[in-house]
Amino acid sequence: MKNRLKVLRAERGWSQIDLAERLGVSRQSVNAIETGKYDPSLPLAFRIARLFEAPIEAIFTDETESH
Amino acid sequence: MFTPRSPALTRYQWRVGLASIAYVAIIFAVGWLFRHHPPAGVLRYPVAALSALPIIAVFAALGRYLVDEGDEYQRMMMVRQALWGTGGAMALCTIWGFVETYAALPHLPLYFAAVIWFGCFGLAGCARWIDR
Repeated sequence: MKNRLKVLRAERGWSQIDLAERLGVSRQSVNAIETGKYDPSLPLAFRIARLFEAPIEAIFTDETESH
Repeated sequence: MFTPRSPALTRYQWRVGLASIAYVAIIFAVGWLFRHHPPAGVLRYPVAALSALPIIAVFAALGRYLVDEGDEYQRMMMVRQALWGTGGAMALCTIWGFVETYAALPHLPLYFAAVIWFGCFGLAGCARWIDR
């Protein structure tokens, strides 16, 4: 699954640590999500969406949808 | 570039640390007891099994950590590390068992399964640390 987390974070001038603190997770978690190594659970995806005030689909893209 | 340590991880490390101290103390105490005043009769069994308690406590601490950890990614990584430990220990014990049977490797006491598990778990932890 692709995501725009890094872009959204950069737009706000947040570091990975800033975002991790806002989400209540570790920096490693943010890094793993941004680099596509880990897909967050639905509750965490909702937390991310609420934080960036955007729908989940605007942040996460299911790669299989484009095929 | 570190976020604060998770409270669940801190508790887990404390529990493992205390269990390790208890293990050293019990292993020496039980060894001394069996050398100098060996318990008689059925008492031998529970006294000998005492040494296993801190090891069991470490496995229990790992289970507690997995329940307590609120960071789903860290939890998944710990589960993965434990699976490497389990898979590695099962594989090495199986290999050792067959080589022991057919090629006369020395017999390993069964508690070495836990020692090998800790070794594999530790190696997986190192790989996780490098890859973070």
